Amino acid sequence: MFAYYLELGLRSLKRNPILTALMVVGIALGIAASMTTLTVMHLMGSDPIPWKSAKLHYVQMDNWSPDNPYNDDGRPPDQVTYRDAIALMEAGKADKQTAMFKISLPIQPQNKELKPFQSLGRVASADFFSMFEPRFEYGAPWNHDQDASHARVVVLGKDMNEKLFGGQDSTGKTVRMNGIDYNIVGVLDDWKLRSRYYDLTNGAFTEPDEFFMPFTTAIDLKQRSSGNNSCWKTSGEGWDAYLNSDCIWIQMWVQLDSPLRLTEYKSFLDNYVNEQKKLGRFPRPLNNRLLNVTEWMRDQKVVSRDVEVQTGLAFAFLVVCLVNTIGLLLAKFTRKSGEIGLRRALGASRREVFTQFLIESGVVGLTGGFLGLLLTGLGLLAVRALYTQYKSVAQLDWSMVVATIVLAIVSALLAGLYPTWRACRVQPAAQLKV
Amino acid sequence: MLKMSHLSKVYRTHMVETHALRDFSIHVRDGEFVAVTGPSGSGKTTFLNIAGLLEEFSGGEFWLDGVDVRGMGDDARSRLRNEKIGFIFQSFNLIPDLNIFDNVDVPLRYRRFNAPERKKRIDEALTRVGLASRMKHYPSELSGGQQQRVAIARALAGSPRLLMADEPTGNLDSLMARGVLELLEEINRQGTTIIMVTHDPELAARAQRNVHIIDGQVTDFDDEPKLRTPNRDGSPAVAMA
Repeated sequence: MFAYYLELGLRSLKRNPILTALMVVGIALGIAASMTTLTVMHLMGSDPIPWKSAKLHYVQMDNWSPDNPYNDDGRPPDQVTYRDAIALMEAGKADKQTAMFKISLPIQPQNKELKPFQSLGRVASADFFSMFEPRFEYGAPWNHDQDASHARVVVLGKDMNEKLFGGQDSTGKTVRMNGIDYNIVGVLDDWKLRSRYYDLTNGAFTEPDEFFMPFTTAIDLKQRSSGNNSCWKTSGEGWDAYLNSDCIWIQMWVQLDSPLRLTEYKSFLDNYVNEQKKLGRFPRPLNNRLLNVTEWMRDQKVVSRDVEVQTGLAFAFLVVCLVNTIGLLLAKFTRKSGEIGLRRALGASRREVFTQFLIESGVVGLTGGFLGLLLTGLGLLAVRALYTQYKSVAQLDWSMVVATIVLAIVSALLAGLYPTWRACRVQPAAQLKV
Repeated sequence: MLKMSHLSKVYRTHMVETHALRDFSIHVRDGEFVAVTGPSGSGKTTFLNIAGLLEEFSGGEFWLDGVDVRGMGDDARSRLRNEKIGFIFQSFNLIPDLNIFDNVDVPLRYRRFNAPERKKRIDEALTRVGLASRMKHYPSELSGGQQQRVAIARALAGSPRLLMADEPTGNLDSLMARGVLELLEEINRQGTTIIMVTHDPELAARAQRNVHIIDGQVTDFDDEPKLRTPNRDGSPAVAMA
């Protein structure tokens, strides 16, 4: 009977093309508005590295002023000092670990046709690559020995390699940055991250890093961070004073491969801070945190309140569209009272009439869903054009395509429930006498 | 075939209580052709609706082909209606966007017949009413008489034991009306019980037995039914008031 009801539903849609178009467009608009915002919100908040997000932990320690908390809600600072980062790196208590910061350097291309340009990159430790797992197109990361020897090595991003070397294998060549030649050891493949979750302190939806160099090398060359830098007291004069200050400008990640390792590292971190307290540092109460990737994204509100509100409003619009659809379906089904009465007289039970008209509502929903999917695609295109920072999250994935169709059908079925219930309550006797 | 004893039907609103049928009793036997007559508002359509299981009754007893229909759920009533009863309406009630084949197909779908069985029955029913060549036509392409023949084919396709006709010739001119009536008589001769509501005394005179209803009660009936097909037990078909 399902096929029969489906056929009747399709015939019915064709019989009243204007009414059908109004319902389908109504649902499609509501679905498109909802799914456009939901897609952005879903991808913004989705786990960027699900296979190991629970193992990667962001290190936070509260070295802030005794008089003013870093955050009013008691959360510790979102970066660490250089001396703490170095202490943790040297202790080597994690399975993998990297200190990192954002850097901006002028690039002087060997190709004379290219003018020098400023480039944003990242300073990190060798473990960065095995922790966050970018794919390499050419070569490999630098190693721990090169970290230790402050080697002048660099890993280029795909776009930078394209720009400087036309996308050819550039490993073994050099690139001059800020007047110093760096040996290229690797080139990343396309690394499309929905959010740059490993450095949320500088914005989750900023452009990808164009190059990576060893942390030790950058410190050796006195390269300052171009990211956020916060101090609660003056750092003093000179580079060494800055390194020894309580200014925070480094992001510290550790990989802990088991819950036991997490517990051990937390204990180590507490001991470290308590030791520092004895030296007169860390004046605030012990407040260390080791949030994993998804916890850190929630903590940093990667999905902003604005996006949540927009999504809520879009769903409210969908409800308005559905109320409109309920009205149109009521009108449509009321016009079919005679046919309903006849079908009842010819042997259709209330249940069969209910099923038939609910399937007809589902057909409206399915059609609206496909149109809504098309409009969602256009909506996301508009988001990418208007808000370039969201281009990595304004994309339909398969789960959202399926969700769009399912939402459209469920919405139409919900909208169809009341009109369908009314339809199956039609008294056949009242409809058949003229 | 159909037996009602002391049946009543009351329509209630918050202001008024209307007795459409009161202490209504009738017995229609297998193979009868009964005409139900009466003035407007007498209750004959209410009787037809209750007899056709389209409406519930308020009190009394009602057996249809030996089945007590009191308290029967909607699913069971619908199934019984589909299997036992064929309807013919004054205004034909064909579905305009279905062709003739698909219109006749409607009750067979609810009977869950498979496609070959449905096709066979539709072919037979349309052949019986002389419209086998028009099965791809739509109702609007047929005359009133032809539309009523399609409605009769639809009623017959499921091989019902009882045909309920509500003013079946009311919307037809005399020539077409005669043709439809002759068709009903032929169907009755072949063993199908027919109950026909009509205002038309000439039409009623063609039935084997007349039942007259006034104010929701049977007031007059022929007690010597002229059965074309005798009852199986040889007893006369009677209506009880």
